[in-house]
Amino acid sequence: MAHAVDHAPAHDDAHGHHEQSFFMTYLWSTDHKMIAKQYMFTGMFMALIGGFFAYAFRMQNAFPGMHVPGFGMVTPSDYNMLVTNHGTIMIFWVAMPVLVAAFGNFLIPLMVGCDDMVFPKLNRLSYQIFLLSAIVLIAGFFVPGGGFGGAWTAYPPLSAVGNYNLTPAGSTFWVLAVALEFVAFLLGGINFITTSMNSRAPGMKLYDIPIVVWTIVIASILFMCSVGPLIAGAIMLLFDQNLGTGFFNPAMGGDPVLWQHLFWFFGHPEVYVVLLPTLGMVAEIICVFARKKLFAYQTVLYTMFGTGILSFTVWAHHQFISGIDPRMANVFTITTLLISVPIAEMLFVYIATLYKGSITLSTPMLWALGFIATFLIGGVTGIYLGTAGSDVYFHDTYFVLAHFHYTFFPIAIIGTFAGVTHWFPKMFGRMLDETLGKLHFWLTIIPFNCIFIPLFFLGLWGEHRRIYSYELFDELWKYQGIRQFATVSLLVMLAAQVIFIFNFFKSLRSGAIASPNPYNANTLEWQCPSPPPHGNFAELPTVYRGPYEYSHPDRKEDFWPQNSPA
Amino acid sequence: MDIFNFTRLPALSSFATPIDDVIGWVTVMVGFWFILTEAVFFYFIFKYRKQNSPRAAYITGEEPELFRWISRPHAAVLVFDVFIVVIGVRVWLDVKQTLPPEPVPHVRVIAQQWAWTFVHPGPDAQLGTDDDIKSVDDLHIQTNQKYIWELEAKDVLHSFSVPAMRLKQDAVPGRVIKGWMDANAAGVYEIQCVEICGIGHGLMPGKLYVEDAAQHAAWMQAHTPTARIAAN
Repeated sequence: MAHAVDHAPAHDDAHGHHEQSFFMTYLWSTDHKMIAKQYMFTGMFMALIGGFFAYAFRMQNAFPGMHVPGFGMVTPSDYNMLVTNHGTIMIFWVAMPVLVAAFGNFLIPLMVGCDDMVFPKLNRLSYQIFLLSAIVLIAGFFVPGGGFGGAWTAYPPLSAVGNYNLTPAGSTFWVLAVALEFVAFLLGGINFITTSMNSRAPGMKLYDIPIVVWTIVIASILFMCSVGPLIAGAIMLLFDQNLGTGFFNPAMGGDPVLWQHLFWFFGHPEVYVVLLPTLGMVAEIICVFARKKLFAYQTVLYTMFGTGILSFTVWAHHQFISGIDPRMANVFTITTLLISVPIAEMLFVYIATLYKGSITLSTPMLWALGFIATFLIGGVTGIYLGTAGSDVYFHDTYFVLAHFHYTFFPIAIIGTFAGVTHWFPKMFGRMLDETLGKLHFWLTIIPFNCIFIPLFFLGLWGEHRRIYSYELFDELWKYQGIRQFATVSLLVMLAAQVIFIFNFFKSLRSGAIASPNPYNANTLEWQCPSPPPHGNFAELPTVYRGPYEYSHPDRKEDFWPQNSPA
Repeated sequence: MDIFNFTRLPALSSFATPIDDVIGWVTVMVGFWFILTEAVFFYFIFKYRKQNSPRAAYITGEEPELFRWISRPHAAVLVFDVFIVVIGVRVWLDVKQTLPPEPVPHVRVIAQQWAWTFVHPGPDAQLGTDDDIKSVDDLHIQTNQKYIWELEAKDVLHSFSVPAMRLKQDAVPGRVIKGWMDANAAGVYEIQCVEICGIGHGLMPGKLYVEDAAQHAAWMQAHTPTARIAAN
């Protein structure tokens, strides 16, 4: 088996090799790069479903009762199912697999300079469980009663009792899929942490590790420490749904609010689980395209650890008005506002890295800078929600929705595009088309802002979330034109993704051949062939310096690879 | 004074303006940081383009004279945070942690899939007596009178929200959650359920009728069970 995957360097020549079946190469591989691509393509496929769902419910929201092309009539039950699974898919089946699993798998062994993950078979199992979880989730859309529609947060008793949610089978599939997905990422996380710590190239000290590797390690640690309570909660919910237990049923001595604690104890660190890998990728890209050393590497690193630890103390800011003891809100207001300090610091550091740089606005750099510009909006609007005194008004309005789309969209979508456009030459050995790439950037980032800036105002004006149609609400129905503007912007943004898909597959076939180090970058992944063969490096590298020695005064070239002896 | 009311809604309750003020001050403070940060960010991108700046400087970020450009704003953010915590917590204490001194009339608010039931205290201003007035989806209160509401849910989570009052509280099955409200202007306002509660979540608009003392008394007289029995 190990022999069979020895020759899986690239798509093109794998087909012709007589020993390799399609199955062994693409579905049963233990090569970290192939597993990364499996995660990436699965995640992107799920993103298409999640995007389609957003299209369908936004059309209903803007034009109630219309026959949505490609979907049909959206019933209230469909609407709830669509918003629920849009959120679930985008966070658990897009952000997690692409940012953590795909980039973690692809980058960690290449950037620390080793041949593969420490536990390749565990890695393969991780993807297989993930794939199973995606299949279970999708299967849940087609069971009698339809897919689960109790919101991605799945608060019981609605999620626990079939008579209340009217999707008894769909809700069971949903919980099962989420639980399986967590198992997959637990297995993956073990690999990321172990490989980064134990397989570093000779000479690579802890402060020589590229920041993106650190961020994926910290994200994996956060995930491992936070997911336990939610897996326990998911099992309790499965029992409540199917075995008649009453963990969340007050009539049987349970408590519905318990689920909220378990969910958000995981759910808030989860934000940082997906944020950190993107922050790491953005750091790498900014350093390469500003030709600058990362500003205050050690400060960045400790700030990220600090953010991670602090992220465990803020969860109840999701529950200010959920019926928890109101005194708790004061504690969680303080911890939540405290977390603005490290996040602000990281953005300051990134901006400081641009200072006296030599900036090339390539496509990956545009995405990285676009991340900073938009994520900042998500960050500052979080202050309104972390402060209990103003959250009373904003809770469960479109303001919240716009806020977290200004965090998750930059994290998951902009971050993915930044990473894919930056490492595409390394992944596939060919260059992406820059003109199409920039066109795609502008046609994504402008409509994105046109979708969500108006939604902040709708929230400010009192619009509450997850409503099928606002016709019954006199104070809100008058804003229908704004909803339509947001929906039309969404249509433009979704259409623009065709440019990316076209560019991706066109460049895969006929893009310019990439050299090993097309950007003159320092980190180790650029010091092996593009794409790297199985085993990655012809000769395992030795590391002599940190990852960001760009524009060093002693050097004529403006870069200094980590493995270059002098 | 309600210079910070960005909601396009009246500031109906006595805590509406304090909440608007928190929103306003947060806007001032995060607006300052947002504009400053974006301005520096775009200025750097413009100033240090490759054509203006062919070779980057070598800066580690550990130089004290440069690092303080990070550490000082970072300390300033902390000061702003403390200010926001103070104003936010002060309002929270008023809105959620204190109840008006008794005696004030109580109103029972019962949420279920997919309707609101309101139990008004009736002319005797006491809940649990024969003259209690029950209504579905319509809540009647008197202007400038503080009420304590007792919020219950029959089936799943719901959330009782009156945007014009800036009032919001989840209803949890198995619990009775108390809070207060008042209204300074007569009129009809909207009540929303803001916690997803199943396929009829969008079908729970209630109406809040705020009436002056005379109108409210007349409404009570016309709707008490004793009055209805007499009419029959």
